[in-house]
Amino acid sequence: MPVLDQNGTQVWRRRTGRESLARWFGWLLGVAIFVYCWQIISDATTWFFVWDAPRIANDIWTRATPPRWEYITQLGRPIWDTLNIATLGTLISLCLAVPVAFLAARNTTPSALFIRPIALLIIVSTRSINSLIWALLLIAIIGPGVFAGVVAIAIRSIGFCAKLLYEAIEEIDQTQVEAITATGASRWQVMAYGIVPQILPAFAGIAVFRWDINIRESTVLGLVGAGGIGLQLSASLNVLAWPQVSLILIVILFAVVISEWVSAKVRGAII
Amino acid sequence: MSEMRLEDKLGTAWRKPHFIKNPTLRLGLIAGFIAYMIAAVLTIEVDWGRVYEGLDRGAAFVLAFTSPDFVSRASDIWEGLFESIVMTVAASVVGIAISIPIGLGAARNIAPLPVYVVCRGIVAISRALQEIIVAILLVAIFGFGPLAGFLTLSFATIGFLSKLLAEDIEAMDRVQAEAIKASGARWTQWINYGVQPQVMPRLVGLSMYRIDINFRESAILGLVGAGGIGATLNTAFDRYEYDTAAAILLLIIGIVMALEYLSGVIRARVQ
Repeated sequence: MPVLDQNGTQVWRRRTGRESLARWFGWLLGVAIFVYCWQIISDATTWFFVWDAPRIANDIWTRATPPRWEYITQLGRPIWDTLNIATLGTLISLCLAVPVAFLAARNTTPSALFIRPIALLIIVSTRSINSLIWALLLIAIIGPGVFAGVVAIAIRSIGFCAKLLYEAIEEIDQTQVEAITATGASRWQVMAYGIVPQILPAFAGIAVFRWDINIRESTVLGLVGAGGIGLQLSASLNVLAWPQVSLILIVILFAVVISEWVSAKVRGAII
Repeated sequence: MSEMRLEDKLGTAWRKPHFIKNPTLRLGLIAGFIAYMIAAVLTIEVDWGRVYEGLDRGAAFVLAFTSPDFVSRASDIWEGLFESIVMTVAASVVGIAISIPIGLGAARNIAPLPVYVVCRGIVAISRALQEIIVAILLVAIFGFGPLAGFLTLSFATIGFLSKLLAEDIEAMDRVQAEAIKASGARWTQWINYGVQPQVMPRLVGLSMYRIDINFRESAILGLVGAGGIGATLNTAFDRYEYDTAAAILLLIIGIVMALEYLSGVIRARVQ
């Protein structure tokens, strides 16, 4: 225990002198990095606009209220498209994520040396790239529209679903698997009766959770041209139709809240 | 007759129980799902000719990953990436610093009701609004540049971190906190010695995770003019410079992987 000798009386200290010095330098370095980063941001900013911001914000607010409610009649189809992008994208990604998860889990992968790293690479690379970037790429490849959005959401979700699923597979109870194996079941039968029933609740939870996230993401995919309500948003923004923008934002907020509520209810029922 | 008795003795063969036990609910869900799928697939317009045409470009893009071009746009890539990192660091620091008091306020076992309601309200607003939508609004208010991106990421961090921190505080062990209180500690001492040690490992883990998310998000904020690598990436796609785009994507994946590894190491040390 580090003790400081102060005029003959011993005072308890939490850390030794060297430790506290190291900590102090760590904090100093952290603060220096932060200040440097802030300096760069500040240099790249036109401060006049920032001081002017309250007025601009007020201006936008007066333009955006009240929302143009009658515009909602034109939003039915985009919302339906958004819902489809999220749902179909989630379904496709689940179909692709299941095999990837089984290949990535330590206890089910056929080869830990070759196939597992490939599966992990698929998981990391699809997860680390945002769905908007996938959409951007797919629009360049297969053209703008809802289909590009579906595929973008599907690709983006593979990594997320597969990661959570393979963690669930690694956490299963091995005794159940052994019991099925002991009856002389084949590899597929072990999977169907030993592993799948154990991960099914997790699977359903992941599916609904990701669907909820995908509803959020698909609302903005239209900004790059991949269909859904984001198309209307970007069109309204481009013509500075702020009353329409505010209505669309309200609709998006509403959709997000509903999807979160649905997903919470379904997950509550499963678990 | 003897056959009947044999059947009685054997009983019916075991069948796998269904995931949803109530048959009406199950069949209803399946029927509804099929109906929805038909409706959804019918309303998606896919221009298969366009998709077929795009396959060449898709192949070109996949091939670009084998020969990414880091060199010819090196200065643009470097500038964008640097700005993304700067935004991530600054926004993470500010976001975490703000989300700790809000997280304390949003925990029902610490905060009085009025504070709790206000903090939960902030969390709900921050979580319901998509990063990219916030970025659009902030760009409109503060002008183009990394300041809007920095503010967006900080705002998003608050919602994410405060909510999870508050949940962790609510689930903490009361005994330890009460022991500190019984020793006559002030409120700040109570937080510092009774609450903070219990939630610190999780707070560090979540902060690392959020830094990871912030970097990924900073890669798309450039699409709406909020600074970072997104603008460079968008330009690369628009000019069909797939080798440059591939280089940027590889860099993003590499940094995300490095961050994930780092956060794994730090989390293992803290816990």
